[in-house]
Amino acid sequence: MDFFDRFAIPHPSPVIYASMVAIGLTVLAIIAGLSYFKKWGYLWREWLTTVDHKRIGIMYLISALLMLFRGGVDAIMLRAQLATPEAKLLDAQHYNEIFSTHGVVMILFMAMPFIMALMNFVVPLQIGARDVAFPRLNALSFWLFFMGAMLFNISFVIGGSPDAGWTSYFPLAGNEFSESVGTNYYMIAIQIAGIGTLLTGINFMTTILKMRAPGMTLMKMPMFTWSSLVANLIIVFAFPVLTVALAMGTMDRLFGTHFFTTDNGGMDMLWANLFWVWGHPEVYILILPSFGIYSEIISTFARRNLYGYKSMVYSMVVIAAYSFLVWAHHFFTMGQGALTNSIFSITTMAIAVPTGVKIFNWLFTLYKGKIEMTTPMLYSMLFIPLFTIGGVTGVMLAMSAADYQYHNTMFLVAHFHNVIIPGVVFAMLAGLTYYWPKMFGFMLNEKLGKWTAWLLSIGFLLAFMPMYITGLDGQARRMYTYSESTGFGPWNMVSFIGAAIMAVGFAVLVYNVYYSVRYASRNISSDPWDARTLEWATHTPVPEYNFAQVPQIDSIETFWDAKKKGHVLFKGKYEKIHMPNNSGMPFIMGCIFFAWGFSFVFGIWVPLILTTIGIFICMALRSFENDHGHYISVEEIEETETKLRGAN
Amino acid sequence: MKELFPAKQVMGFVFSLVLTIVALLVYYLDMSFTAGMTVLLITAFIQAGLQLVVFMHAGETEDRGAIYTNIYYGLFVALVTIFGTLLCMIWGYI
Repeated sequence: MDFFDRFAIPHPSPVIYASMVAIGLTVLAIIAGLSYFKKWGYLWREWLTTVDHKRIGIMYLISALLMLFRGGVDAIMLRAQLATPEAKLLDAQHYNEIFSTHGVVMILFMAMPFIMALMNFVVPLQIGARDVAFPRLNALSFWLFFMGAMLFNISFVIGGSPDAGWTSYFPLAGNEFSESVGTNYYMIAIQIAGIGTLLTGINFMTTILKMRAPGMTLMKMPMFTWSSLVANLIIVFAFPVLTVALAMGTMDRLFGTHFFTTDNGGMDMLWANLFWVWGHPEVYILILPSFGIYSEIISTFARRNLYGYKSMVYSMVVIAAYSFLVWAHHFFTMGQGALTNSIFSITTMAIAVPTGVKIFNWLFTLYKGKIEMTTPMLYSMLFIPLFTIGGVTGVMLAMSAADYQYHNTMFLVAHFHNVIIPGVVFAMLAGLTYYWPKMFGFMLNEKLGKWTAWLLSIGFLLAFMPMYITGLDGQARRMYTYSESTGFGPWNMVSFIGAAIMAVGFAVLVYNVYYSVRYASRNISSDPWDARTLEWATHTPVPEYNFAQVPQIDSIETFWDAKKKGHVLFKGKYEKIHMPNNSGMPFIMGCIFFAWGFSFVFGIWVPLILTTIGIFICMALRSFENDHGHYISVEEIEETETKLRGAN
Repeated sequence: MKELFPAKQVMGFVFSLVLTIVALLVYYLDMSFTAGMTVLLITAFIQAGLQLVVFMHAGETEDRGAIYTNIYYGLFVALVTIFGTLLCMIWGYI
């Protein structure tokens, strides 16, 4: 039994045991359901082996929504614990585990896949391509992300959750202070998901640079594609730093090296440094595609072309360069001198300039526009003022001298939620609502959608504005409780109410999906929003090959020109289309990676060696495989096109 | 005959051998640490550039713009990361 002792949870509670049972029952229910409805074959053929960017996008989307739920439940528990002074709902250890999980899940397993979902679904359609440059690599990216996320998510029922914060600073994250396998989970699960993200970065950069439809020069690309290109460029250069830092951390914890230890020549603060060398560009990886989504939505519903296209592009390129120059502002108080801090202070403030350019461009796009307040537009309109508050407090935090007051307080927590929720989460929900008809062939209910937007906004304000106040008063982040005499009690209660309202908002979103699946009209056009970019030029549902003929581009808004100015988008006859074959290899490789990660976390060496060999065998098989894809014949295209045209 | 002879590649190969020999001198000659590191860093960067341009054909397709932009951007990020880290962890640390 000694062998199995390591899988026990070091700090159990009835809730965790209940979750264990719930997870077991859910897995059984899924297996039973799939078997009863005989869906295993369908699941395997249509989803697990797919290399279609649209389906991969939808799988990312489902994962992101699940993780939003998981991270949201964590958030509610944290706020409930803090709602009253000296509450006993959670103890210190559980609180630590929950805020660490909340951070990692929300950033890496909710926001990232949400971005990937929209990027996967939209970018190839926007540039008139048939798929991404490396479709099978794309599937592998998804499965690595998914398996990394699942590995991280089982930590709290097998072996214990990570408890050193989502930043996992050493020496706290070292073996001496984090004894459970929790931090091993952190290092290895993020490593696996991170490799997937890196592959996506390479894949999408190649796709956007090489596979645009004829006539679409770089400066004629839609704004979301531009923002994706820049975000993927940042991914390619930022994620290797994380990979290296995680590898060093793993070696410190499992092989006794001394990179981040306090003795034997180790440098504990180097972890914080490397983490933020990746971590700061990471926030721009999240926010730039979100800005892209807002740009698409705002110009669609203001019924105007985007104001200042060139300045939008240049500001993103500048942000991409600046994003690598500011990381030390995350640890101004760590002990650098005034000169170093001043340098990073100034670069940080400078990054507000290109961001400001973008805000003004959106405002000028709205000016004299015929604004139509649909749900995606409502999110965008709520985003502008709310995000600006976050931006302004960001400039406050950028002042290194003043940062000694704000550092590690709730003020900081309020700030980054203030940029990430209206900036990224609203963008993703807006994008979800906007692209839903293209993905699933019906629209989400507008009334319920607006309820969600308002509930989330009001809940957001109630939840996070009080934190600015308590933070300035000195409430530290990551403290599991506080005494009544601090006076933080009432404000934290307001925060809890806000968080609860946001939870209701999420519930309305879920109900909206259910309601729309049941009642929404399936009889919609392929361009229900009267939009301006190419992804709306194809049919709904989008055929496997995206476009029967390759579109001809001659302006920034070719589809709009085709609708209003008589530009001919599709010329010539149908030709046979070359498409990639499905493959089970990415999924199998993902499963092997999961086993690899699990063995690594617990230091079970024999399976670790075997799975490592397995991974290399998979790669070798791919190298020697002769797979030339398949052709879709002209007759088949004609048949599909006639059918889809008839449906619309 | 002239157009069949890959003069550029042969010259590149010779130059790359020369760079390797210069780097090896650090081991065989008795240099100070600073001098040795300087020689190693300079030869390493020239060697990397040579490999990319001559043997990996960085500038020979229509993608040269994208390829060089990426290389320069990567160089920028690497230098910023290294010198920024030195600044935070050693030079600027009190």
